[in-house]
Amino acid sequence: MMPSLFADINKSFWFPEQASTFATQIDFLYDVILWISILFFIPIVVAMVYFMIKYRERPGYRGSPEALHNTTLEITWSVVPTFIVVWIFWEGTVGYLNMQRLPPDTEDVKVTAKKWNWNFKYKNGAENPELHVEIGKDAKMIMRSEDVLHSFFIPAFRVKRDVVPGRYNYLWFQPTVEGTFDLFCTEYCGDNHSLMNTKVFVHDKAGYEKFLAEAIKEPDDIVERGKWLYERKACKGCHYAGKEGSQGPGPSYNGSWGKPVPLAVGGEVPFDENYVSESILNPIAKVRKGYETAAAMPSYKGQLKEEQIEAITAYIKSLQSAEPPKK
Amino acid sequence: MSVVTKPVTMPAPSVEAGKEDNYLTHTSGFLSWALTLDHKRIGVMYLVGIMSAFALGGVLAMMIRLHLWNPNLVPSEAWLTNKQYNQVFTLHGAVMVFLFIIPSVPAALGNFLLPIMLGSKDVAFPRLNLGSFYLWIAGACFFLFSLFATGLDTGWTFYTPYSIESQGPVVAATMGVFVLGFSSIFTGLNFIVTINTMRPPGMTWFRMPLFLWAVYSTSIIQVLATPVLGITMLLLAAERILGIGIFDAKLNGDPVAFQHFFWFYSHPAVYIMILPAMGIISELMSVHSHKGIFGYRMIAYSSVAIALFGFLVWGHHMFTSGMADVTTIVFSALTFTVSIPSAIKVFNWVGTMYKGTVSLNTPMLYALAFIFLFTIGGLTGLFLGALSTDMHLHDTYFVVAHFHYVMMGGTLVAFLGGLFHWWPKMTGKMFNDFAGIVSAAIVFVGFNLTFLPQFVLGTRGMPRRYASYAVEFVDLHRLSTIGALMLGTGLLVAGLTLLHSLFFGKKAPSNPWGGATLEWQCSSPPPHDNFSSAPAVGDPYDFSDVEYDSKTGNYVKRSKT
Amino acid sequence: MTTAAAPADHLDDGHHHEHPSWLAHHFDDAEQQFDAGKLGMWLFLVTEVLFFSGMFCAYALYRNRNPEVFEFCSSFLNEKLGAINTGVLLFSSLTMAWAVRASQLRETKTLVGMLAATLGCAAIFLGVKAVEYSHKWGLGLFPGKFYQSQLPGAHHSDVNYLFYLSIPAAVMLVFFVLYYVYGIVSANKFHLRVAGPLVVAALCYFAGVGLGTVLEAEHDEAAASHADHSHEEHSDHSQGDHSQGDHSQGDHSKPTVPTVPTVSLVSVDSGPLHDVVTTPAEAATPDSTVNQRGMAGLFFSIYYCMTGVHAVHILGGMLVIAWLIIKAARLEFHSEYFGPVDNVGLYWHLVDFIWIYLFPLLYLIT
Repeated sequence: MMPSLFADINKSFWFPEQASTFATQIDFLYDVILWISILFFIPIVVAMVYFMIKYRERPGYRGSPEALHNTTLEITWSVVPTFIVVWIFWEGTVGYLNMQRLPPDTEDVKVTAKKWNWNFKYKNGAENPELHVEIGKDAKMIMRSEDVLHSFFIPAFRVKRDVVPGRYNYLWFQPTVEGTFDLFCTEYCGDNHSLMNTKVFVHDKAGYEKFLAEAIKEPDDIVERGKWLYERKACKGCHYAGKEGSQGPGPSYNGSWGKPVPLAVGGEVPFDENYVSESILNPIAKVRKGYETAAAMPSYKGQLKEEQIEAITAYIKSLQSAEPPKK
Repeated sequence: MSVVTKPVTMPAPSVEAGKEDNYLTHTSGFLSWALTLDHKRIGVMYLVGIMSAFALGGVLAMMIRLHLWNPNLVPSEAWLTNKQYNQVFTLHGAVMVFLFIIPSVPAALGNFLLPIMLGSKDVAFPRLNLGSFYLWIAGACFFLFSLFATGLDTGWTFYTPYSIESQGPVVAATMGVFVLGFSSIFTGLNFIVTINTMRPPGMTWFRMPLFLWAVYSTSIIQVLATPVLGITMLLLAAERILGIGIFDAKLNGDPVAFQHFFWFYSHPAVYIMILPAMGIISELMSVHSHKGIFGYRMIAYSSVAIALFGFLVWGHHMFTSGMADVTTIVFSALTFTVSIPSAIKVFNWVGTMYKGTVSLNTPMLYALAFIFLFTIGGLTGLFLGALSTDMHLHDTYFVVAHFHYVMMGGTLVAFLGGLFHWWPKMTGKMFNDFAGIVSAAIVFVGFNLTFLPQFVLGTRGMPRRYASYAVEFVDLHRLSTIGALMLGTGLLVAGLTLLHSLFFGKKAPSNPWGGATLEWQCSSPPPHDNFSSAPAVGDPYDFSDVEYDSKTGNYVKRSKT
Repeated sequence: MTTAAAPADHLDDGHHHEHPSWLAHHFDDAEQQFDAGKLGMWLFLVTEVLFFSGMFCAYALYRNRNPEVFEFCSSFLNEKLGAINTGVLLFSSLTMAWAVRASQLRETKTLVGMLAATLGCAAIFLGVKAVEYSHKWGLGLFPGKFYQSQLPGAHHSDVNYLFYLSIPAAVMLVFFVLYYVYGIVSANKFHLRVAGPLVVAALCYFAGVGLGTVLEAEHDEAAASHADHSHEEHSDHSQGDHSQGDHSQGDHSKPTVPTVPTVSLVSVDSGPLHDVVTTPAEAATPDSTVNQRGMAGLFFSIYYCMTGVHAVHILGGMLVIAWLIIKAARLEFHSEYFGPVDNVGLYWHLVDFIWIYLFPLLYLIT
């Protein structure tokens, strides 16, 4: 997938737009710490430069090397910063606890991270590679990884939580602005970590309902359904198709159909229904030449139904005449 | 303790027909260096090694910055493939952390200076010292192998489960880290024993130079923390080879447990990196202000405090991992406690200049640059220690900028300052001060230009370890790359200045800067056994009886009347 | 260049700057050397403790999460052998301490004898360990992903692991015997003094193997008969409901035949260590059978890591003690120079100490 990430509107120099109820507290605390830092930094630098100049070695000048202590000063500059950091800690903790306490009535979305795709499953069973939420409503993410560590990050909402295999992590937020925002994976997860991005769409109530209604419909046309699955079952993260998808580490689907596949172990097999089906269920059986050292494809055994594999096959077949990616 | 003191003797190196006998010329031949037990030679060998590692790490850094000149949204058109980029940033981190920055000050400068500052002949265990050096070499070999083999791409942090399934040479790299860990442990062990048992009579704890306090605190951390890294690496290797399952979710293990194990060492490790640098700054600020350090005891205490508190805060690298709330809150609170001793030091260093006589030479300018850059680094830690802001900033470029400010703007700059400061002592040559000052200026400007934009990248949401990025970030990335080129140039100037001095530098006197610590009482370079008998110990920051002799360019001890 | 006054070379206290051979050149006197060595060894021991602590943490973490797994697996460990090993190591600490005393008093025969005894005890320990390991491997009790679920009517693998494990010891025994013969032939007291203990140690390994084999066989018989009895008693229970989260307490009778392992969590009634809330309905049902890779395999991973790393330290200790024997045979130790023996003794006591923790934690769980 080629992320067409257009710029978020930078409302301040530092931050993207404030698009959730958390953003105000976090931006405020950031600003306060920034001012405190400046308030300490400037005098330190000024003192440094001033002393550099005033007490510099020059003919006729000799310093008085006795000023080695000043108890009042030392106590002051130990105690005052202590109070300040205690305040900062307190403010940070309060904001954090607010972010941690799951509100009672949330719209739950089940988030699955798998190299290198996000998949979102909504309350009505709809699945979609993009996140859709309703403005003004608390949304709770129930997140789990199917392979390695990932991390769910929406800068505009100021939220972040690691997505871990073998357990569920939770995150909630309330969007306050309608629009489209970036969602990044922010825990290194391998080759296409920097391409593991998607979009967050904040709708009004009507728009959200409409989305849910449409998202649950799997396309009728078998090729469309194949594409639909391609986007949701993490194929897109590794394989190029049409004009979208990742250009590696997996081979491109474009123009593959029907042509012989040179195998890593030698010999050739035709790229047909059997090949596709076998490679989905047992990827290491017939590895294409040149892809021996690429990151191993996980098996989809038990995860895809027969008719879903047929749909994907139909989709790949439809890409017979598509342009391969520029190498 | 040791035997009653012998009278003060100032050993003059014997001069035979124009050839001076010092530690460099005492014996010659490859084996006399390869099997040396002389701590000074070991220090020099370390210096060559770590500077080479730094150069390698620097080349990798330049590759990162050059690759990130463009957003690389079409990976096939980018300079590096995604996989190659991942390998580059992994090796950059691993080489810099394990081969350069952790050994740097203790192994290269500490080894050289510690016994001399104590007026003793060598460290407590010279053979162990040589052993530490060869362990470093072995570790370096493992890493070089990882570099040239199928390509390590796990990040220097080796997070599981990716590091379990990655196809790179993870086992070689983890074994390299394991070996380097022992190099570090044995160095720390050696230093603790030396300082405890081989101080000269009269040098009580509070009459030690602050550099030794710093190295001592660092050694405590090295001894206590590094074994945990060792077992972590061993368990990761066992995970890959035997599938033990401790960190693998597929075998009912816990990936987050790896992070706890890893950061339990790696957080104290950053104090291994910064404490010796702070020790250098204490020396530089006082010597080049010709004035005792302001608040000596507070600096000594805060060094130990940082070392000990540093063990309690590792969880702040994991605030978003899903730990229990109580855990995260406790780690956040403890994290702020470590900031206070560091702040106190900064104030004390600036206070040292007050009413001093400040020489604005190369070492001093590097020390002043350190104060500027380390303060920024430390203050930006506040944003990360506060829980709610960390939710936004964790794993973004803000963190990258923060740690480069403390590790590079901090430790590296202090290391360079120390290198320039003790260069005359180690090599017997004076370098061109103007060239050194120019290097400091270029490094300072280049560094800020490289990393200040990265704070903004972070707050705007740019994640770490990204080979490609959204177009909106391109201007800031380009600024950063330009800065990196400047920074590289400045470092090159510094290196060339020092190398040039080896061939064309003036002969250095024994005390070119006017220091009062013991290393300035022996010749430059020192003789093979440092002092033929234990020198008299005074106040390490009493400059009242050190006077400049303009004829020789040397500071001599004025006879007290 | 400083031009200081010509330095005086001789020292005030009269004697010329001369170091006895056992006093290193950079130390001022024997006391300083001894203090330095001792502090150095204590610091090293601290690092060893921290090194092991990582594994103890892993143990605590996983035992807390899955106590039933630990109970199940502990039954495969032979407490008798563990206890014997504990006794052997404790005794070796005694002989080691005695050796230190002997070195101070310059009693070379006692010193070498005690060092030999320590070495021998260590060898017995390793012999017993070899039996334990090879026996488990025969049953398929490998770490982590290699763990083979224990089926009723368990078969032993055909591979004679014990044989392969003992090859190095056998080779060394031959070598040491030859060395001893060489010592006799060349009538060299030094070689005899050194070779003797080494031969004894190598023989002790095989003594340990023999002891272990006998006791392991007894343990198997006992377990088989116990299993037969408890199979009748527990048959109702094992056919009963295994609902989610239900773990039979101390069910170390016949292991249930495992289902296909799945990637999932186990919710334990006592509460897991990390915070996981209830699984949503559509998640895979956790498979709580202990007898699979992610469960018993995890225990054995921890078991082999801990005892394996410990065994490596025993081996290291044996090498160093052998080195001491050589130095002792050269009559190097006396009241002013016995630091190496003392410090190796400290190391050895730590190795013993760690085992004293390992034994109950691994062997005495039920």
